[in-house]
Amino acid sequence: MEFLSFSNPASLVALPILGCFILFFIPGHRANLVRWVSTIFAFTVLIISFYFFLAFDHSEGGRQFIYEYEWLSLIGPWGESQGAISMSVGIDGIAAMMVLLTGIVMFTGTVISWNINVNNKDFFILYFLLLSGVFGVFISYDLFFFFFFYELSVLPMYLLIGKWGSNSKFSSFERTKEYSAMKLTLVLVAGSALIWVAIIAMFVQSGTGSFHIDEIQKVIPDKFSSEFQSAFFLMLMIGFGVLAGLWPFHTWSPDGHVAAPTAVSMVHAGVLMKLGAFGIIRVGMTLLPEGAQIWMPLLIGLGAVNVIYGALSAMGQTDLKYVIGYSSVSHMGYVLMGLGTLSLVGLNGAVLQMFSHGVMTALFFAVVGMIYERTHTRDSLVLSGLAKKMGTIAVLFTLAGLTSLGLPGLSGFAAELLIFIGIFQSYEIWGIILGSLAVIGAAITAVYILRLLSKVFFGLPDDTLPEYLDLTPREKFAAGILVIFVVLVGLWPFPFVKVIESGVEPVLLQIVGAG
Amino acid sequence: MNFHLIYPEFFLIGLAFLVLTVDFFLSEKEKYLLNWVSAIGMAFILGIALFMNQQGDLYQGLLIIDGYASFFRIFFLAIGIVVTLISRDYVDSNVSNPGEYYAILIFTILASISLASSGELLTAYVSLEILSFGLYVLVAYDRYNPASNEGGVKFILLGAFSSALILYGLSQTYGLIGTTRFNEIAVLLNSMENISIGMLIGFVLILAGIAFKLAAVPFHMWAPDAYEGAPIPITAWLSVCSKVAIVALAIRFFTNGIFPLAPDWQPILMILAVLTMIGGNLLALVQKNMKRLLAYSSIGHAGYLLMGLAALVGVSDDGTVSKDLTHLVSNGLIFHMVAYGATNFAIFFCLIIVYNSTGREDIQGLSGLASKQPLVALVMVCSLFSLAGMPVFAGFTSKFYLFNAVASQGFLLMVGVAIVASLISLYYYLTVARYLYIEKISNDSVIYVSFNSKLILIALLVFMVLAGVYPSPLMDLIQTATDSILKID
Repeated sequence: MEFLSFSNPASLVALPILGCFILFFIPGHRANLVRWVSTIFAFTVLIISFYFFLAFDHSEGGRQFIYEYEWLSLIGPWGESQGAISMSVGIDGIAAMMVLLTGIVMFTGTVISWNINVNNKDFFILYFLLLSGVFGVFISYDLFFFFFFYELSVLPMYLLIGKWGSNSKFSSFERTKEYSAMKLTLVLVAGSALIWVAIIAMFVQSGTGSFHIDEIQKVIPDKFSSEFQSAFFLMLMIGFGVLAGLWPFHTWSPDGHVAAPTAVSMVHAGVLMKLGAFGIIRVGMTLLPEGAQIWMPLLIGLGAVNVIYGALSAMGQTDLKYVIGYSSVSHMGYVLMGLGTLSLVGLNGAVLQMFSHGVMTALFFAVVGMIYERTHTRDSLVLSGLAKKMGTIAVLFTLAGLTSLGLPGLSGFAAELLIFIGIFQSYEIWGIILGSLAVIGAAITAVYILRLLSKVFFGLPDDTLPEYLDLTPREKFAAGILVIFVVLVGLWPFPFVKVIESGVEPVLLQIVGAG
Repeated sequence: MNFHLIYPEFFLIGLAFLVLTVDFFLSEKEKYLLNWVSAIGMAFILGIALFMNQQGDLYQGLLIIDGYASFFRIFFLAIGIVVTLISRDYVDSNVSNPGEYYAILIFTILASISLASSGELLTAYVSLEILSFGLYVLVAYDRYNPASNEGGVKFILLGAFSSALILYGLSQTYGLIGTTRFNEIAVLLNSMENISIGMLIGFVLILAGIAFKLAAVPFHMWAPDAYEGAPIPITAWLSVCSKVAIVALAIRFFTNGIFPLAPDWQPILMILAVLTMIGGNLLALVQKNMKRLLAYSSIGHAGYLLMGLAALVGVSDDGTVSKDLTHLVSNGLIFHMVAYGATNFAIFFCLIIVYNSTGREDIQGLSGLASKQPLVALVMVCSLFSLAGMPVFAGFTSKFYLFNAVASQGFLLMVGVAIVASLISLYYYLTVARYLYIEKISNDSVIYVSFNSKLILIALLVFMVLAGVYPSPLMDLIQTATDSILKID
């Protein structure tokens, strides 16, 4: 069982799938057994993702824990090399961070989902399937499998949202979970259609008969002309941008996040949106470096729109989950801006922001889920003074909120600071303008977060609300893990940045070399 | 004569008559045995076919029994067994005269096999007619049902018309070239200076006939009605067997016969492919009846197959024809047909199970299936995702392979259209998935699934997943099949 050995990253994909299999054979009515088995599997995956993060040697850098397996041979006139699709996995600095993030969110999501009572077996099977896809994207170095796992991580969302999600009411209309699920799936698959076309185009253009990123990378100077790179980088940027919440393709994201059950919102906002940004680095910037140079000013501009637009939209929302949903759009804007700087500092910041926002937004959604479970409403106009009755929840929400607005000492500050420096350093006068916009975005974030805190948590307690239980030990445990990382990255970002830098540097060197 | 090459075909004829004969001696209650007779008989013939690896020509090359023909012989026998097994409950409760039903089914299998092994146009035509006549009867088999009659009449009229087109094209070709053998056609076309317009008309008529039989837009009018009217197992059979048989013939005909004319027929097929992909999938969006929906979805899939056929040979700017990538594309075509076949049988079987208990075949009749019969709903949703081309199922891998092969041949734009078409298709597949899993139960009818049915469902599901995640054994088989028709000479 090579797939399950500890030092093979493929185990990150294989274990959740094994979990699905085992869950499949547990009778559906034994809900507690299902919970325990899922938790054990999620915990094992968490341990393995920790192992990869700690065992990753950042002084050596590059790609480590490589495993290759020829999956399918392709017949054709491919020159000296023989055409093939191979399963090629490995972990570099960026993937190490993302794998750690996924492990954390997966485990906490599983623990939070203990309260699911309807068909929890099916829920966990789909949830694990989703996460094996996410892990697969982060570790794949073959474009076929990259795309395979990318689609796999979209597919289960439809059923997860449609079956276990919730509707949300507005004054004049209602947004059903079926609508949100369909919108999310179709928009994301439309994005991946663009990626599919670009992947096939790169395969054809390279003429190597291989989908392996290394093989294609070798022929970039000979085969990929500037026009080709420019055309298909744009395609990839939009395709991945859809998942990363790039304005104006972001509209699926607040609706989807709100409709999804808590754990799925956590994974979706926390990890899945990062797949988009990760794809831009892994596929776009690595394989089409010249295209990246051409289109990065657009990305940074759209990222700035994301930041401001997301923050302003969040300010107008009353549903707590919509606030967080739009704040995710706003924060992904920072990631995209960081990518757009094409500087080491900016890219480090972008990847650190991916991690930081992942943990933070998972905490946000977890807390909102806890509130909703107790009060059965998420309306910030109704909720008031929760701190008195639910002290721990208020602390957690405050912590996540302060991270979100970039308080020093918490993870958001370190990441956003790096991004701001990157932006100010690049693009001369435009860098200063866009950087100022980004900082203004952070200020708007402060407005809506603090307003929310003052009303919902620290406002006048509403005595008509019944007594609520504060957190159970299980919920405290899950939230605690997330809090540890929010604080740890904030106080001591240095080791994380080292790991990220070892992954970002080669990508950046290639782009600078190409230009 | 080396008749031993076609023993399986002789045995099939024998089996058909055996079924008809056994039918005489069975009382109404015992008719279900006919299902076993035909299934076991076909399994026996499949066993023989698996161990036959002699190759050669019969009747001076009218029938070519090579690796390609053997592959399709095994394929058609295998799907024949599947369709016989999934017919069982349906036939027992809904069809009178099961003897003729199974016998005609066996004849259509025979016709499909000889279609894939025919080496010249007249044999192909005769096989096509045997196949079509079998299907005409089977579509209209539910003789007291007006819908079945209507579908049958439309099918027979348009089918006869398309057969006439093919026959006319064929006579035109024979009149101007003097041969109907594929390899001789290729040699003569290669040696000709310029191609006369009459010859082109001949080939275009043959192409139109093929498009008719594949239900390509704009020749698709018969398909939805025939699909809707036919008994459900026959709808499944119609959507898989006839398409695969025609494409199997077309691959051989195009790559061995008329490939020198590729600059002329390629654009026609490309236009048909684009129309079919987009048209089929758009029309499927508004369907309320599962059979009609699947009819349009299978039209959409015929579009992908036509796209593969169009890309079989490469044509460079100056009109020279190259067969560098033919192998990859034909592998992709066959892989996609296998994946599509297994998936379609799975979804139709689920439909049969639901229909047998509830008598409903509209999409709403499926609501709440997941809580009534989790296994059936699971298989159905997996086949829907496979048809939509989602991983981990066969549909994803085969679509990726086919699209990639077509793009390698230089048709990236057409692949873009195909990807958009499959995005459109996702909407209606997801709508069905919504009824299965999300909608509340609308009727409290009990859905009964026998143990045998469960086994078949699981087998189909396992095949769908395996072909999706571990396709290399299947691809090796396909590779040996295509090796034999694409010999480098």
